[in-house]
Amino acid sequence: MTIHSPKLALGPVLYYWSKNQLLDFYQQMSGAPVDIIYLGEMVCSKRHSFNTGDWLELAVRLSAAGKEVVLSTMALLEAESELLTLRRLCENGRFTVEANDMGAVRLLAERNTPFVLGTGINVYNSRTLRVLAGLGARRWIMPVELSRQTLASIQMERPVGVETEVFVYGRMPLAYSARCFTARYHNLPKDDCQYRCLNDPEGLTLSTREGQAFLTLNGIQTQSAQTCNLLLELAALRELNIDVLRISPQAEGTGAVVSAFAASLHGERDPVTAAQALNAALPYGACNGYWHGQPGLRQATTEVM
Amino acid sequence: MAVSTPSPRSKPLELVCPAGNLPSLKTAVDHGADSVYIGFRDDTNARHFPGLNFDAKTAAQGIQYAHGKSRRVFVALNTFPQPDGWSRWQNAVDQAAELGVDAVIAADISVLDYACRRHPELPLHLSVQGSATNYEAIRFYHEQFGIRRVVLPRVLSLPQVKHVLENSPVGIEVFGFGGLCIMVEGRCLLSSYVTGESPNMCGVCSPAKAVRWEETANGLETRLGGLLIDRYAPGEPAGYPTLCKGRFTVADQTYYAIEEPTSLNTLELLPELQNMGIAAIKIEGRQRSPAYVTQVTKVWRAAIDACRRNPAAYLPKPEWLQELGKVSEGRQTTLGAYHRTWQ
Repeated sequence: MTIHSPKLALGPVLYYWSKNQLLDFYQQMSGAPVDIIYLGEMVCSKRHSFNTGDWLELAVRLSAAGKEVVLSTMALLEAESELLTLRRLCENGRFTVEANDMGAVRLLAERNTPFVLGTGINVYNSRTLRVLAGLGARRWIMPVELSRQTLASIQMERPVGVETEVFVYGRMPLAYSARCFTARYHNLPKDDCQYRCLNDPEGLTLSTREGQAFLTLNGIQTQSAQTCNLLLELAALRELNIDVLRISPQAEGTGAVVSAFAASLHGERDPVTAAQALNAALPYGACNGYWHGQPGLRQATTEVM
Repeated sequence: MAVSTPSPRSKPLELVCPAGNLPSLKTAVDHGADSVYIGFRDDTNARHFPGLNFDAKTAAQGIQYAHGKSRRVFVALNTFPQPDGWSRWQNAVDQAAELGVDAVIAADISVLDYACRRHPELPLHLSVQGSATNYEAIRFYHEQFGIRRVVLPRVLSLPQVKHVLENSPVGIEVFGFGGLCIMVEGRCLLSSYVTGESPNMCGVCSPAKAVRWEETANGLETRLGGLLIDRYAPGEPAGYPTLCKGRFTVADQTYYAIEEPTSLNTLELLPELQNMGIAAIKIEGRQRSPAYVTQVTKVWRAAIDACRRNPAAYLPKPEWLQELGKVSEGRQTTLGAYHRTWQ
């Protein structure tokens, strides 16, 4: 029996929160049982509660509190100003950077800086991973649409020195667009969005005309409405030697999610009852279809081990 | 708007047309395509539809036909191989090289890496599925795999395209006409979220096998993977239920929350595209009929030639727009992201 124990990571905040909300959240997380914290704006460069300097300052504080800090970069880079921010992050000289675009990979590889491959980078096979490892990638996160079976194959051929991370909890990032769907909902042009996403700290829910919620609009990003929860798969994740489990922050309840995962990892709680408790609190339910090779929004029944 | 005459040195805009089968390839060549792009009959390309695409024999015939008329053929191998399917992508790259195609259009790093090592003479284009929206990303693919051209995702405004072009080490190809992805290509998982199959993994979006059409008391309903995508009043023209183009509800509003069923048409932007030095214009639609390919190729050939002759006097002719309107999804067209207000 393997006794491998993965580390817990907190992904970047994907929504637009006020400065105070961000400060309160990270104050709470600095004492929470997560090992790694990803920081930074990944979705929209217009969001400005925190500027690059603020993120770096927070990184120093969380690092002093014992957290491994990784700086996340934008997934969709269009403007020169966004590349300037990207360069500043890649050249920070202290913290590891999570690349979410190949432009970031180039800048990091050029500096011979080890980096993390985030959800914005497509790694669908171990050959791709090997090329990127050769350029300095030290950790990759599996695309959310891949299955446990595919992950198992990639794990078998994983390059030495590269950690594997899995998105285990949260609303999954599914798409990015030139268009801001939040501004569209408010009938505002993107260039004059009035920062309306500040009003929706967990995004806007999109439903079919039969009232079936299935997507979340978060500015230019589209997420699942259902929450991916792989807590029940803890045994499988351990068996696959997964190094890092990522929890994606929500405005409400992230502390409880972190606690549930940490307690389950340490054998202090039964993952089944912990997962059920988390799922019961979800407004649109849980999903794990991708993990089982099915449509992502499904909640497949899992054999309890 | 004021448009200056292109410098005499500037190369003509290359017209790149789609072909899902041999008749489409031939008609594209006959009606003025400079290049035609095709795919093989499996999930190695992003139009993996039943009955579509080329086997080794038809591909060879198509290449012979095009080369006989001094036109080029590109092969799209632009999906993302998963570990158990690698041999299909490897064989497809080898086959493309053996066939003597003029370029392979690829997205995944493993495919680009294999192609540039194994077939260093085979020109590589970065597919739109490679999601390169900025020049640092383009430089990455150029430095690592020697790509010679990049197809830009349909997310940039015209000034942004120009900025990328000015800093790009390789030629830029942009989409000019056809179906419109509202999401950045290569980074959209909506289809697999609902149906289990996505462009990246399977070469399909909103696949036909997941579609249901139902006459109900409420009107005609279209479903994808069981989800209601749209409902049409009697007499309202119904469209294919592409996931992002349905009418959905957000809070108190029901509307095309993501995108209307509409096609991209940049005919009126031709002088600007030519003037900024775009290398090629791509027409979407390998899944469409030879009649579509004929119609669209004809109009775009005429437009590109007219614009080249006299860009200052260029205006899209009403009959061109009418012809394109007939084959457009939702019978309406947009300038898409090129025009900032659409974003």
